[in-house]
This record gives sequence, C-alpha cells and structure tokens, in this order.
Amino acid sequence: MNGIEVENISKSFGDTLALDALSFKVAQGERFGLLGPDGAGKSTLFKILTTLLLPDAGRATVAGWDIDKDFKEIRRHVGYMPGKFSLYQDLSVSENLNFFATIFGTTIKANYHLIKPIYEQIEPFRDRRAGALSGGMKQKLALCCALIHQPKVLFLDEPTTGVDAVSRDEFWAMLAQLKDAGITILVSTPYMDEAERCERVALLQTGKILALDRPQTIVGNFTEPLWAIRADNYYQLLLDLRKAPFSQRVEVFGEFLHLTARPATTGEEITTYAEHCGHGNILLKPAEATIEDVFLALM
Amino acid sequence: MRSFLAFVRKEFYHILRDTRTLLIILGMPIAQVLIFGYAVTNEFRNAPIAVIDQSHDELSRELINEITATGYFNLIEQPPTTDQLDALFRSGDVKLGIIIPPNFEEDFFRQKLTSLQLVADGSDPNYATTLINYSTQIIGSFQQRYAGGPARYQIGVETQLVYNPLLINAYNFIPGVVAIILLLISAMMTSLTIAKEKEMGTMDLLLVSPLSPVTIILGKVTPYVFLAMINAIIILVMGYFIFEVPVVGSLVLLFAFCLLYVLTALSLGIFISTKAASQQAAMMGSLFTLLMPSMLLSGFIFPIDSMPWPLQQISKIIPATYFIELLKGVMLKGLGREFLWQPAVVLAGMTIVLLLLSWVNFKVRTK
Repeated sequence: MNGIEVENISKSFGDTLALDALSFKVAQGERFGLLGPDGAGKSTLFKILTTLLLPDAGRATVAGWDIDKDFKEIRRHVGYMPGKFSLYQDLSVSENLNFFATIFGTTIKANYHLIKPIYEQIEPFRDRRAGALSGGMKQKLALCCALIHQPKVLFLDEPTTGVDAVSRDEFWAMLAQLKDAGITILVSTPYMDEAERCERVALLQTGKILALDRPQTIVGNFTEPLWAIRADNYYQLLLDLRKAPFSQRVEVFGEFLHLTARPATTGEEITTYAEHCGHGNILLKPAEATIEDVFLALM
Repeated sequence: MRSFLAFVRKEFYHILRDTRTLLIILGMPIAQVLIFGYAVTNEFRNAPIAVIDQSHDELSRELINEITATGYFNLIEQPPTTDQLDALFRSGDVKLGIIIPPNFEEDFFRQKLTSLQLVADGSDPNYATTLINYSTQIIGSFQQRYAGGPARYQIGVETQLVYNPLLINAYNFIPGVVAIILLLISAMMTSLTIAKEKEMGTMDLLLVSPLSPVTIILGKVTPYVFLAMINAIIILVMGYFIFEVPVVGSLVLLFAFCLLYVLTALSLGIFISTKAASQQAAMMGSLFTLLMPSMLLSGFIFPIDSMPWPLQQISKIIPATYFIELLKGVMLKGLGREFLWQPAVVLAGMTIVLLLLSWVNFKVRTK
C-alpha cells in the first residue's frame, strides 16, 4: 500500500486552474518533497489530501483511504501542519500540545518517543505562550502537535518558510529521524536547496508536475553545459549575455550568473564575447547544475 | 467526552486570557443597567418650570406652593410677562410654563369658570406630555380640596396602574437589558469566537482531527452559556437592590427562561458563524441583524402595539420580543407556566430551526 496516491486531481478556483490533472504516488514511509514557487498549487494539494477541500476531478487515497468517502478515517490518522502558523497563540507550549494530544484521544506520554528529539528543544519554553515564540520554535511546536497522535501520514505545508537557516537545517534533520517510525511525509517548500533533503521530489509549476524523481537523478539529467560567470558590471553582463548567440538561458544565481550555453560552446568563446562587450574583471568557470537550474530550464 | 472537556477548558483559557474582552463582557451589563437606570429615563425630578402669576392673591400663591412642594418641579423664575417666558423656552432654561390669569381667587370662589394655561416645550414630546400630566394631576387635586369635594356633575377619574403602580422605569428596562446582554454574549461572542478559529486557520486543524462538528460547536459555546447566565444574575441582582425591581414569580422559572433564551441566542450565533468567514463579517452580521432590531423592535424601547404593521411582523421573529414577554410575566406579574407556555414554545421552536439550519450549513470542508 502506498502512503499517498494521487490520480488526475484537478481543482480550479473560478477561472484559475490551481491543479491540472496531477498524478503521483508516495511510498509508505517515504519523505516526498513538493517544490515550487508561490501559486504553484502546493497548498491546494495539501488541502485536498487532508480532506479539507474536494477536487473537481480525479481521485486520491491517503494511507489507503479515499479522500472523499473515508475522510473521517483520514482525519483520524494524518498530521497536518498548515502553511500559516495555526496554533493557539494565547495558549502555552504545553497547553497546545496537551490539547492536540487529547482531541486525538491520546496523551503526550504515550507518544513522547516520537516527539522527544524535537520537544526537548522547546521544553525550556513550555510555559511560554505560543504567540511569543520565535519562528523556528513555532515550527517545532507545530510539528510536535502534528506528530503527537502518531499519524500514518504527515502533511507539512512549507514548514521552513520564514525560518532562519540554522532552524531550517535542524528541522530537516528531525524529519530525517522520523524515517524510523515509518511515517510517510509529504513536505512542500519554495526553497530549491531543500530538495536534496527529500528522498524524491516533484517540481510543481502552475498546477502541473514538471519533473518527478530523486533529486540527484533530476540534477543528473541536466546535461547542457553550464557556466558560472561574473564581471564588474553584473547587470550589464546579464543583459549582454542574454543577447549572445551561444546562450540559451542566463539566470541570476548569487554573485554569479548561470549561463546555459548551446552544446559545444567553449569557455574562450564566452570570455571573448564578454570582453568584446567591454566588460572587465571577467571570471568564468564551469558550474555544477542544481535543482534550481533544472527548474528554471523546465519552466 | 475527554476531548469535549479539553475543548471547553481551552475555550475558557481563551476567554480568561483575553482580559479586555472579559472586562467588556462583565462590565457591559453593569454599565448598561446604570445608563438605563439613571440617564435614559422618562422619570423626572426638578424639572425647571416658570410661573407667571397675573393674579397675585392668596389662592395663586397656595397653588404655586402646592406645585413646587412635590419635588418634581423646580420653580426657576417668576417672569412678569409672557414675552420673557418665550425667551426662557428658547434658551431651554424652562420646560414648562404655568400662567395664572388675573382675578384667579375671585373667579374660583364665585364658582365662575377659571382657567390656567400650561405651556410645555414640545421639542421633546415625551417629556412635555409627562410634565403636563403630572402638573394637571396636582392642579386637579388642588381644585378638589378647595372646592370642597368634586362638583356635582363631575366625573372623577381614578387611575390605577397594575404591575407597576408607580410607573417605575426600571421595571421596563431591567428585562430589556437582560435580553440585550444575553443576546450580545450568546450570539455575538460565539459567532465571533467561531469566526476567529476560521480566521486564524485553527479551524482547519480542528477539522483534520477526530472531533465531530457537534463537539467543536458545543465545546465552543458551552463557556458562553456560563458567562451569559452569570451576566443575567448580575443584572437581576442589580435590578433588585439598586432599582428595587422585584421578582414576583418563581425564580426557577425565571432562570429556566433565561437558559432557553440563551440557547436561542447561541443557535443564532452558531448560524451566523456558519455564514461568516471572518470576525469582522460575524461582528457586522450580529450587530445589524440582531442587536439593532432587538433594541428597537422587541418592545424594549418602543411599544410594539404602536408600531406600523410591517414592523410588528418583524418584531414577531425577534427572539427578544418573546423573552421580554416571559421576563415581565415572571418578574412583574408572577405568572406561571400555564400562562407563559406560548412564548416559551416559540423560542424553543426558533432554537430548533436555527440549529437545523446551522447543521445543514456547517462545512466539514473549507473553501
């Protein structure tokens, strides 16, 4: 049995098509990432799979249960962490956790082993109101609340958005630990660099899947020559390179520009072109493709 | 059951930790009772009046004494001319003018017809009517005393006002304030708190849990039943001790009716919240569809009988109309169940219909 099965799910809001005949499967216990910019349809898909929203067409199962017919079973056995922080701000850390444990008919004690590594980090603030926690702490508490009833499937909608780099790293480390508990995890993120933290990822854009595979495979499939280049006048270089006969795509990538060149373009060719355009201090080197390069190429 | 109790506890935390709202909830009934009791009132004391005495004899002075001795009127000035009276009315310094004609005593004792002129400031019609009535009464008894009993062919009218012989305003406004406050807490606060869960996104979490919609709704409204009943008690106790509004009938029946009305108001609040997506929408919804009509059309401020037909029909679908009828019945008339079952059944019926409508409208999924 798969953790999640999605078959031709479509959903539109008015004239906007949020999900366009989406299909994919997530194996039980797999950590599956949904990557895509804002508006790609990630949250809509989460709401459909957590039975909060019915799709216009298609069918889906979560832990073997149908999202329409068996919605009550699904609600009992999944953990959901919405994109917006949605705990009770005026309740303390331990009150929130206690409340969610109780409404799922369990206790903190019974499932403490699941949340222990996470809860230990927020335990010093157990009497603090949730609204007064930092962004990273809030996310950890929300994860605890979503995990406290030992769900079969965990839905995490952009859990690392608005969280500092260190907390993000810790958060992913915690998700990796959950692998042992056999919990299927569907996690979405707008940060491309987090793709490698998932076992498999789907690249989502305007309700369609652009690519779906292990992150390494997706990157490995990118075979076009990729160069990193910079010069004194960064922005002028971007404009000039975009006009160059050998370039397919030029994207901003930190302090360098990523240039996807046509096959058989040499480095010398590029440098000469840039010098010809009057650029100084040119630095050119071959670059390793990242998920983001793939994503931008597919868009 | 355990999750229901946890829910109620959580709800109490919300209420108790939001001190501002809590203060408003508990302070509002006290403020309203005091405002209605002391500021918004038809009763009057020390109404400023002016007397133009054109007779200046023994009897006219006696009459003036009689009028001022009641304590209701305050003689502010004795202008010699009617022109000066006009000026006093214009400035608002005087609300009632009494003009005693020349030869007052002489005409009176010779059994000739004598007449007094009363002039009142009609820009506030209710106040003017009350002043005229009070002063006419005083003059009437004054006349009888000096004429040695009623004249031969005179019809003596003795009025008696049952249930509220002294026409004490509090007898009317205490039931009215109870109706408004219970509505405010039960309907408005519950629709607000449910809308808040939607707005904060916590409703999604509650839906993606084993909690049934009924548990969620009951858990949310239970604390407000307590709050509403506490407020009802505060108002009734204040009414009893400060304004001497009695409870002639059964206390048990009184609280049973309060509870029934709270349930009606709660189901109204629940119904509003199934329609309103945000706190603001819930607020506007309850203010305009509940509070305003309940204040104006329930018979609390204006008598229903004197309303035009369409408004009378509206008053019939307002729960407060029936509740005020029940309250007055128990508190002032001491009526029992056998006389009051009708409005009680109407309230119960409204509750059931509203709950059914909310049941149909409650969305187990969001948008």
